[in-house]
Amino acid sequence: MALLEIQGVTRRFGDFTAVDDVSLAVEAGEFFTLLGPSGCGKTTLLRMIAGFDLPDAGRIVLDGKDLAGSPPERRPVRTVFQSYALFPHMTVEGNVAFPLQMAKVPAADMPAKIAEALEDVRLTGFGKRMPHELSGGQRQRVAIARALVTHPTLLLLDEPLAALDAKLREEMQIELINLQKEVGITFVYVTHDQTEALALSHRIAVMNRGRVEQLDEPSRIYGLPATKFVADFIGHCNLLSGPVTSGADGVVALDVPGIGVVRAAARTIPATGAPGTVALRPEKIRIATFAPSDAADNRVRGTVADLLYMGDVTVYKVETEGGARVEALLANSQSGRTKFFEVGDAVEMSWAVDAGHYIAE
Amino acid sequence: MTGATLGALRESRWGKWAVAGPPLLYLVVFFAIPTLIMVAASFRSPGEFGGLAPFVGDDGRLDLTLESYVRLAEDTVYLEVFLKSVVYALVTTLACLVLAYPLAALIAQSPKKYRDLMLLLVILPFWSNFLIRVYAWMIILGPNAALAKAVNGVLAVFGVEPVPLLFSSFAVLVCLVYVHLPFMVLPLYANLEKHDRALLDAAQDLGASAWQRFWRITFPLSLPGVYAGAALVFIPALGIFAIPDILGGPNDSLIGNLIKQQFLETRDWPFGSVLSIVLTVAALALAGLAAWVGRRGAEEIARA
Repeated sequence: MALLEIQGVTRRFGDFTAVDDVSLAVEAGEFFTLLGPSGCGKTTLLRMIAGFDLPDAGRIVLDGKDLAGSPPERRPVRTVFQSYALFPHMTVEGNVAFPLQMAKVPAADMPAKIAEALEDVRLTGFGKRMPHELSGGQRQRVAIARALVTHPTLLLLDEPLAALDAKLREEMQIELINLQKEVGITFVYVTHDQTEALALSHRIAVMNRGRVEQLDEPSRIYGLPATKFVADFIGHCNLLSGPVTSGADGVVALDVPGIGVVRAAARTIPATGAPGTVALRPEKIRIATFAPSDAADNRVRGTVADLLYMGDVTVYKVETEGGARVEALLANSQSGRTKFFEVGDAVEMSWAVDAGHYIAE
Repeated sequence: MTGATLGALRESRWGKWAVAGPPLLYLVVFFAIPTLIMVAASFRSPGEFGGLAPFVGDDGRLDLTLESYVRLAEDTVYLEVFLKSVVYALVTTLACLVLAYPLAALIAQSPKKYRDLMLLLVILPFWSNFLIRVYAWMIILGPNAALAKAVNGVLAVFGVEPVPLLFSSFAVLVCLVYVHLPFMVLPLYANLEKHDRALLDAAQDLGASAWQRFWRITFPLSLPGVYAGAALVFIPALGIFAIPDILGGPNDSLIGNLIKQQFLETRDWPFGSVLSIVLTVAALALAGLAAWVGRRGAEEIARA
């Protein structure tokens, strides 16, 4: 049985349904992420797991016990808040000792537990500092140590890295992965940052308008998005829509305005004439002056309308002869050249059948 | 005024004086000089009909004496009155704190649109004259008022003789608390309003009950507000004379009454000055202490 089970949970605020009949299960030891744009209901769901908010319908079951009726202070769940919420009038040690004091841990056992928690987050020796004497990353670690010191069943993290700068965020991501492996506590992580979710999680639930759009491993969320929303929200994606013209043997063909017939892989074959979309990642498109002759699956000619030089890669926005816009990405990895094309260059794009991924409407 | 011109004004020497000059002048004329006059007067002898004796006497000797200080030290009755004043001021401060804290917390937690109205209600009493409000208590506590009748009616059930509410320590303290309550509510509110709600959520999440959340988080973080409010209540309450005059009994004379008496009735200006100096020094010392403690607490919170 799963450690945490969310069963048909709904939460409404007036006319607005923040969380709409969500069911999911989190396994013990998992790094589970709720990912979605602001207002998608992920934070509301997290607050209901912590006990700060109550579902209007549905159940939240932790370790076989229904949490309804347990206030936050009685749940074996700890939260790392976005603002860290360190107690400003207590030292680092005082902050970490707080949950131990609340749990009435004997005073004699405390120093060892505090030292262990601070060691877990690599803050040994910082015990006597006040929170205002720490950097953002260090405060973050104190918040995590404070939440982990009582060995909760579940650790909830509410956008914990949002306040850090990009470089520190990347460091902390690696630390979080290692820490979670080390302590073996189940993490439920909330973020709106898709790269963070992809990098950290064992599984991701992508949420939109209070519902879970897709629940899967990161590589499948990225590679095989189940809906247009997921394809668009996770990374960049060309969404090529049009009616289905034919389908057989795991391949569908769509008549996309401005591009022509696009063939892509599909798990289920839709009926001819049904509206559909092919999700096509920019990095799966080959872009050249002339497409190689073996690239027979999909090809379309156009001119470079815009380009974004990013250093390691360049993103080309190509306008097809039919007037559609397609984004293609090219690594700047060839020695001796910094850029391949300029705005106005005529190019030909091509991609394999299995580069695109069919999404039914 | 734009930031640039304000900055330029701050830079120039002339600008500095233009900004700081008027309040400084005011304080020199109406605070520093009177205080010095008072200190000087404390070393003189009283005049025959009030005021001070001539500085150069008929015998050509200068009128400089420690007589008033000696009198203060020798007669313990003045120390008793002073201690009684401190006790009244302390009780007033504590009662204000206990009453104001829940009120300030309630206002701070109310929706923003109601807060201004609630604060307005707190300061509403200031719109009528101080003495009128004190006299109003004469009516409320008077022997024929409903309150006295109710209290004495309950006492009669237990066979206790009726007690007068008016002209008593009780009346003085009730009015002291009433008059000073807003001075406690406002700094407490200003402090509590800034508290980060996430800290209480975090404390609860870490296992703290409502009671523990208050004593471990809210109260320690509100100490700067508590100190500020305590100073604003304690210092004026220490020197007050109108309330004991109007509502107090014969034994409710406080140091403020004593000072007033020296200047207006006994006409002993030097001794009145000595008592005033004792009061000022005590008030300054306590205010300094409160400010020091309060600033330390405030810095802790500000840096967080």
